[in-house]
Amino acid sequence: MTELKTLPAPEKLPSSEGKTRGKSPRGGSRKRESRGTLAFSRGARIKALAKHAVLIIAGGVMIYPLLWMVVSSLRPNDLIFREPGLWLNSLEMGNYVDGWSALTHPFGHYMLNSAVVVIGSILGNLISCSMAAYAFARLQFSGKRLFFGIMLLTIMLPFHVIIVPQYILFSQIGWVNTFWPLIVPKLLATDAFFVFLMVQFIRGIPKELDEAARIDGAGHPRIFLQVILPLMVPALATTTIFTFIWTWNDFFGALIYLTDPEMFTVPVALRAFVDSQSATSWGSLFAMSIVSLLPVFLVFLFGQRFLIKGIATTGIK
Amino acid sequence: MSAISELSSIGRRKGPATPEEKRANRRDNKAAYIFLLPWLIGLVAITVGPMIMSLYLSFTDYNLLQPPEWVGLDNFTRMLGDARLHNSLRVTFTYVLVGVPMQLAVALLIALVLDKGLRGLPFYRSIFYLPSLLGGSVAVAILWKQIFGTSGLVNQVLAMFGVTGPGWISDPSTSLGSIILLHVWTFGSPMIIFLAGLRQIPNMYYEAAEVDGATTLQKFWRITLPMLSPIIFFNLVLQIIGSFQSFTQAFIVSGGNGGPSDSTMFFTLYLYQKGFGQFDMGYASAMAWFLLVIIGAFTAINFIASKYWVFYDD
Repeated sequence: MTELKTLPAPEKLPSSEGKTRGKSPRGGSRKRESRGTLAFSRGARIKALAKHAVLIIAGGVMIYPLLWMVVSSLRPNDLIFREPGLWLNSLEMGNYVDGWSALTHPFGHYMLNSAVVVIGSILGNLISCSMAAYAFARLQFSGKRLFFGIMLLTIMLPFHVIIVPQYILFSQIGWVNTFWPLIVPKLLATDAFFVFLMVQFIRGIPKELDEAARIDGAGHPRIFLQVILPLMVPALATTTIFTFIWTWNDFFGALIYLTDPEMFTVPVALRAFVDSQSATSWGSLFAMSIVSLLPVFLVFLFGQRFLIKGIATTGIK
Repeated sequence: MSAISELSSIGRRKGPATPEEKRANRRDNKAAYIFLLPWLIGLVAITVGPMIMSLYLSFTDYNLLQPPEWVGLDNFTRMLGDARLHNSLRVTFTYVLVGVPMQLAVALLIALVLDKGLRGLPFYRSIFYLPSLLGGSVAVAILWKQIFGTSGLVNQVLAMFGVTGPGWISDPSTSLGSIILLHVWTFGSPMIIFLAGLRQIPNMYYEAAEVDGATTLQKFWRITLPMLSPIIFFNLVLQIIGSFQSFTQAFIVSGGNGGPSDSTMFFTLYLYQKGFGQFDMGYASAMAWFLLVIIGAFTAINFIASKYWVFYDD
């Protein structure tokens, strides 16, 4: 296995998919460009400055509401409706204390519920999607084209078409107000986006590696577990991160299946908070909103590379 | 790109299988179906089964308590006369037809400014991308509810300039606009796809155009736009499919009722109310299939129209 690791990791391969047009790779022209800016022609400098000005203003407007929410959550309640600025005179943690215990359970309870669903969904997606992807990318079997086409179509299928019967099914087996309706579909590779992402990735792994393992007597389970899986870690990371964010934010599924406050995940808990709040509790509502966004923000901070690669190759949100 | 081009190439056969391939086929079948087993179970039990079931239910009257009763086309004729449903269609179409082009235009614009090795690109990219990760959350919808409220952030800023803004969300004429703005705000993910696409355009085209003395605008219309058209198309298809299904923002901002006076009553919100508020499961199923047909029709129109404006280099 150690020899395999010295091979160039096929990280870049999926992103070279799409259409490589023409022969001049961008890398070469990049160098030339940067040498051009070193020459510092006055026009180019002004143009770059103008661009930065546009981007800073646009970015500032984009991000301002989020910053303002953070600052407002640290202010006394009445200021939220009077103070559009970002400066803080004092640091009020009261909103966080109030918000944490504003609902029937402490907010940490809902975060724990969300964590259970998220972890289950991540494991489900990693296992089921990678298995399906291996079959689609590496194995020859009858009906492959048909199944592959169906798989691609299910990516675009609106959730609403299946939600009513799915609800009936899950309620008949007594799964309403359990986490199973949110986790089991992931165990069955229904997030076809990730199957497709992984198929694209596996296609970029040199087939010679499988052949070599096969000659050494390895069957498909071993090739999958010991050759392909270790090499597709970047795709698995992308899947993990997206599953985390989507599941953490998932509102519709939780709204339908979780009606008992005991089982609420963070989005439905927040919704309950919004509905129950009086005009004076915006501060604590903001505080809990920040708390709910924090995990997503952290994942964004540390997993950005995979997120951006994932989007650029498959166009997922 | 990817999923869409794969799908359109699926009909094409590679040519007859060689004897070796045939032998390989036979060998792999069993292994392949074992690997596919979770997906196949999911396809039958979670996707196709429920789809067929919901098609059946759309011809019935069903409230979860009594067994479904066959009513023929009743649900569909009811839809024809349902004024709230027509309104929800109008709201959803407005959202999709205004929100998607606006979002893509902003995404393309920022991508163009960001392209060409600008300093600090990763930083800017992160700033613009962050909202699209958070935009689907309940928390951001809550934030939106505040900032577009009567004494929310927007009106506080306007007040500094002596302008008294309306209650954006409580006024039926501006409430949908606020939610469309939220959609535009999440332009980060199509922007990333555009950036990846811009990177694929060979620089020699621009160099050749410069030799011929082309202006920046000419280069944009004659090189960038045609070369980027497959990516624009890809973004358009995906965003339209996604926007028809958006739910959370309108639900939270309107407090779950699609108000004021149904101005933010999205089709999906109405479907939810019918199915899971009134447990009119037959009607909700009929609506779901209608939504599927609409999305399918839009996608088909997109594909047909693409022949006239999408430019494929190879």
